[in-house]
Amino acid sequence: MYYYLGVDIGSVSSNFVLMDQYGNIREKIYLRTLGNPVKAIKEGFTQIKSRQGGQLDIRGVGTTGSGRHLADVLLGADVVKNEITAHAVAASAIFPGVRTILEIGGQDSKIIILKNGIVQDFAMNTVCAAGTGSFLDQQAARLSIAIEDFGDYAIRSRQGIRIAGRCGVFAESDMIHKQQMGYPTEDIIMGLCEALVRNYLNNVAKGKKIEEPIVFQGGVAANAGIKKAFEKVLNSQVQVPESYEVMGAIGSAMLAQEEREQSQAPGNYRGDDFILEGEFKSSSHECKGCPNLCEVVCIKRNQEILAYWGDRCKKWENSINRQDKLQVI
Amino acid sequence: MKVTFPHMGNAHIPIKALLKGLKLDVIPPPPISKKTMELGVKYSPEFACLPLKVNMGNFIEAIEAGADTIVMAGGWGPCRFGYYAQVERDILKNLNYDFRMVILEAPDSQVSELLKQIKALGENVGLWEAWKAIKFAWYKLNAVETLEKQFEYFLPRAINKDEVERIFDKGLENIDLANDRKEVNNFTRITLKKMQEQPCHNQPILRIGLVGEIYTILEPATNYNVARYMGRLNAEVTRSIYMSDWVNDHLLGGWIKKSRHGEIINCASPYLNYWVGGHGRETVGYTVDFARKQYDGVVQIGPLTCMPEIVAQSVLGKVSEREGIPCMTMYFDEHSGQTGIYTRLEAFIDMLQRQSYLQSSVRREEPIIAGI
Repeated sequence: MYYYLGVDIGSVSSNFVLMDQYGNIREKIYLRTLGNPVKAIKEGFTQIKSRQGGQLDIRGVGTTGSGRHLADVLLGADVVKNEITAHAVAASAIFPGVRTILEIGGQDSKIIILKNGIVQDFAMNTVCAAGTGSFLDQQAARLSIAIEDFGDYAIRSRQGIRIAGRCGVFAESDMIHKQQMGYPTEDIIMGLCEALVRNYLNNVAKGKKIEEPIVFQGGVAANAGIKKAFEKVLNSQVQVPESYEVMGAIGSAMLAQEEREQSQAPGNYRGDDFILEGEFKSSSHECKGCPNLCEVVCIKRNQEILAYWGDRCKKWENSINRQDKLQVI
Repeated sequence: MKVTFPHMGNAHIPIKALLKGLKLDVIPPPPISKKTMELGVKYSPEFACLPLKVNMGNFIEAIEAGADTIVMAGGWGPCRFGYYAQVERDILKNLNYDFRMVILEAPDSQVSELLKQIKALGENVGLWEAWKAIKFAWYKLNAVETLEKQFEYFLPRAINKDEVERIFDKGLENIDLANDRKEVNNFTRITLKKMQEQPCHNQPILRIGLVGEIYTILEPATNYNVARYMGRLNAEVTRSIYMSDWVNDHLLGGWIKKSRHGEIINCASPYLNYWVGGHGRETVGYTVDFARKQYDGVVQIGPLTCMPEIVAQSVLGKVSEREGIPCMTMYFDEHSGQTGIYTRLEAFIDMLQRQSYLQSSVRREEPIIAGI
């Protein structure tokens, strides 16, 4: 038996999926990134190892999320892909024929329109994070409700009240105002869910045609209130996959499998020992080569330099990768 | 008189040739860097668009390097750019800089006006020499664009993309230094030859049209080099705006070479029938044109708050649907996080690659069935 590893390093959560050669999900791990992706990657991998026990034959690794390049350096990925592709691949494998994917994560949200399993159009939020997980987290903390229970509160409400969803800051002051007027917490939370859905449809979906079947995924899909609000506003059924929170990781595991099955070359996976036994350090310095003063990040394993990035002119980045690239050619 | 001018992509090469030909001391601003941006943002109105901020940074750095005369383009119409020269002059005066500003108003089809303005600038040369300077600048501009177009062609195809970039950058540097036509020809030929000799891969190449606001398209520092980024992802990028076309259409009234401007404006109909300022109508027209030329996708770029591009963007949805071409819009401001920009571009290119991969595999099957 051999496996494919899918890794999704996001701003808020780091997700890992171990998929076997037949496409079954053997393990899924959802961790908070907590501002330290290197530690999260190590931790996630250790957990997978200890849960599975013994030696794992990992044939391919796929990474996605904003930390995908970092994960690539640490693990040795065969596929490093953006979140759009990863989410679309996973959703259309689980729901063949899906037309619309609504994805809301910790700091970004996206909409993906598919036709025959191929992405036709997509959009991501640009400047506003009002409708995303971080904001919900913050509001749950303010009302001292566990984020896990937030959705249950919302669906208990019979009538959501109107909250301004245009901007996170105004939504918050609206909520405080309504709370001081004495409205029940359930109704306020449902109102917030509806406001966030309106915000999402106006700022992200921006008039794109949303057709059924619709799949809702990403960390926020755990919130039943948002799902209900989507169903109400869109007037159609919204499905949430079982592994909604790790769909990006599932997609990248699938992409890794696709890549490895097509290619004859040996995989890039660096081996268990590389990640488990090495000590990874990152440091940064200001390059004084030109007035750009780029902040160059350096990733080291023990004493060995693995990668540089952050320089506009690619002087540092290329200094380390050149050897590998030429060998490939 | 030590003359400076704002940067706009590789336009500094012909502009420098022109001003030198007019026997002026030229002090080009240092290349646009983080420092330029910081200076520009600090001294510009917050709601102005990115071009004004970069101009301000350029001027301050150039004046500090010793320039005392600024040559800036003017304009008219709904785009705010027409007023930028005046605003910039006032801001710089308020900062107590001592300088003179020469504003070249785009004459739109009045060649004699432009000649007069340039002549006014070259107080120490005769008409004949001014004419020669213009011709040599035009010659350099064309050489630069030949390189740019070849670079756009070879970057996606080459295996070693770093090397192609290095050859191209070196070629531009050499053309900048060239003193006469013979040298320009020489450097162009050598650079092209080197680019052609680079080994190529045989993976499929996507064709992407880059449309939008002129400054954002021409100046890579304001668009995070999206064209090169896409080139590195094996996408051949064709811009809607090349400097020579703009000079030809707007400064010389389409008089120096054959112009496609009218054709493009016709393409914009029926989607956008009015001139909305800037390059709004051209954006729509070129998107239609790219779609009809079977391009795989169009990326629209512009500075944040750019009115003409916002108008065009609102029309592009319909264009995309009717003409069957995927479009993506990106606005740029002074943010330094490139990850978000590159993630979106990568996702867009990836989407198109998967679409064309599927189409090509369908196409490949057809003749086999026909054979049976």
